[in-house]
Amino acid sequence: MSAPTTTRLTSLVPMPAGAGLARMLVERNITSFRHGWVALVTGFAEPVFYLFSLGIGIGALVQTVTTDSGAEVSYPQFVAPALLAASAMNGAVFDSTFNVFFKLRYAKLYDAVLATPMGPRDIAVGEIAWSLIRGGLYSAAFLVVALLAGAVGSWWAVLALPAAVFIGFAFAALGMFATTFMKSWVHFDYITLAIQPMFLFSATFFPLSTYPEALQWVVRVTPLYHGVALERALMLGEVGWGVLAHVGYLVVLGAIGVVGTARRLEKLLLS
Amino acid sequence: MVLGSVATVTEDETLLSATGLTKTFGDFTAVDGIDFAVRKGECFGFLGPNGAGKSSTMRMVGCVSPVTSGELRLFGLDPARHGPAIRARLGSCPQRDTLDEELTVEENLWVYGRYFGLSRKEVRTRAAELLDFAQLTDRAGDKVEPLSGGMKRRLTIARSLINSPEILLLDEPTTGLDPQARHVLWDRLFRLKRSGVTLVLTTHYMDEAEQLCDRLVVMDHGRIVAEGSPRSLIDEYSTREVLELRFDAEDHQDVAEQVTGIGERVEVLPDRLLVYADDGDQAAAVVHSRGIEPLSALVRRATLEDVFLHLTGRTLVD
Repeated sequence: MSAPTTTRLTSLVPMPAGAGLARMLVERNITSFRHGWVALVTGFAEPVFYLFSLGIGIGALVQTVTTDSGAEVSYPQFVAPALLAASAMNGAVFDSTFNVFFKLRYAKLYDAVLATPMGPRDIAVGEIAWSLIRGGLYSAAFLVVALLAGAVGSWWAVLALPAAVFIGFAFAALGMFATTFMKSWVHFDYITLAIQPMFLFSATFFPLSTYPEALQWVVRVTPLYHGVALERALMLGEVGWGVLAHVGYLVVLGAIGVVGTARRLEKLLLS
Repeated sequence: MVLGSVATVTEDETLLSATGLTKTFGDFTAVDGIDFAVRKGECFGFLGPNGAGKSSTMRMVGCVSPVTSGELRLFGLDPARHGPAIRARLGSCPQRDTLDEELTVEENLWVYGRYFGLSRKEVRTRAAELLDFAQLTDRAGDKVEPLSGGMKRRLTIARSLINSPEILLLDEPTTGLDPQARHVLWDRLFRLKRSGVTLVLTTHYMDEAEQLCDRLVVMDHGRIVAEGSPRSLIDEYSTREVLELRFDAEDHQDVAEQVTGIGERVEVLPDRLLVYADDGDQAAAVVHSRGIEPLSALVRRATLEDVFLHLTGRTLVD
């Protein structure tokens, strides 16, 4: 039995127990999705619509953009990485908030899961991993479309997919953590309130340099900015050490989210 | 056979024991220092009204709610330290169905088996047996949502058996079911017991407790107020028979005086009088000879309901 080992581990790290069975929850979600694969298609369609509407549409008006590192690129090339980052965020947030809230409060899925050897850590890790798998599929499909549309300018772009997974990780974990505090659907307005300004102002549609100095610092603190900057660096081939800082920022956020989620689930369901 | 192997039942092997078991939520004490022990192969019940502390006790036993104080042991293990290992050997059938409505009937069993870390092959074999046991084989590929209440309950029980548990916990297993569905369910539970599964259940139905339980404790306000077999509890706390008298009265307290001295004792309920006597017909004859004319007089055998009434002064189902 691994139980004594688990106890010792949890006394060192403030992390609720799990039985190492998180993959079973992923398996459950895959089984469920076989009945509703249409939902997968919609998650893919959104960023592609944005790419064509903004990239091609606005791209016709705005010929080139000077990036924050000083390069001149076409507008579709400029906006595609940001859309990839934003779609990774949107996919992760949607899955880890609406879907998780329903499972937590209405379907009582986690109550059933916790009656088995699985623990709150397995639920947190399993659900967030599932968000990443789903988000990863969307991102991969988007990358292919962006490539075909001529919006990819560097071989570094092969790393754009794993980068999108880091973005998804940060937002899925934070989203699920936030969801554990929500008591009704009304509270989802707060999520929208957090997501929409980030989507619009994280140097998504125009370079950071267009903002006044003070606002630039505000933008630099928000998580999506780091996602956008990371994807843009990779897809435009402007790779430097700064890339690792963006990754580090996202990983730390994600880790806080996972631990926080597991602890909240323990408090909510194992009282 | 539902269980892969039927263990030899040694009568005095204790699988579950509690000493001074207590659960508090803030200032509220849900379970107030109870002691009990469940032996292998028996059906043990917690009988009591809503709010008596039965579900809180069951959640502690199911290792999904930490013990506030006192000692709880399952298979000799402490839930605080060996929760996952204990839960691997338990089946849990919660009060409210928590079936996965996004999955089909058979997928519910497969997926749940996987939560226990069982192999895919194992869960498929086991699910087929359990669907048969739950009489749901012909609904295997259907969604869960349109199933009847009784079918959902049977599926929940089948699901809780996927890991071949040694103890099956049933929290209010037939609440909300129609009489026929209840009897089907009781029949399934009898079969389980015969195959060697230890059953621990809560109920606020005295007929269910009498039907299923070898031994039970009566709970009220978080405490155990009596313990024994259904028969021994009735023998100890009630007469053999009960004469129920209904009068044309607003409040039966007003007519209670008329029957004083008949039987061993009289309980007054808002809508009837209960006269406790070993011979109900004889008591009815005495009532008649006094010239008292009730609207109706019914003689019945004493039940656990009478035990509960005697112990707490209240009825079980309010």
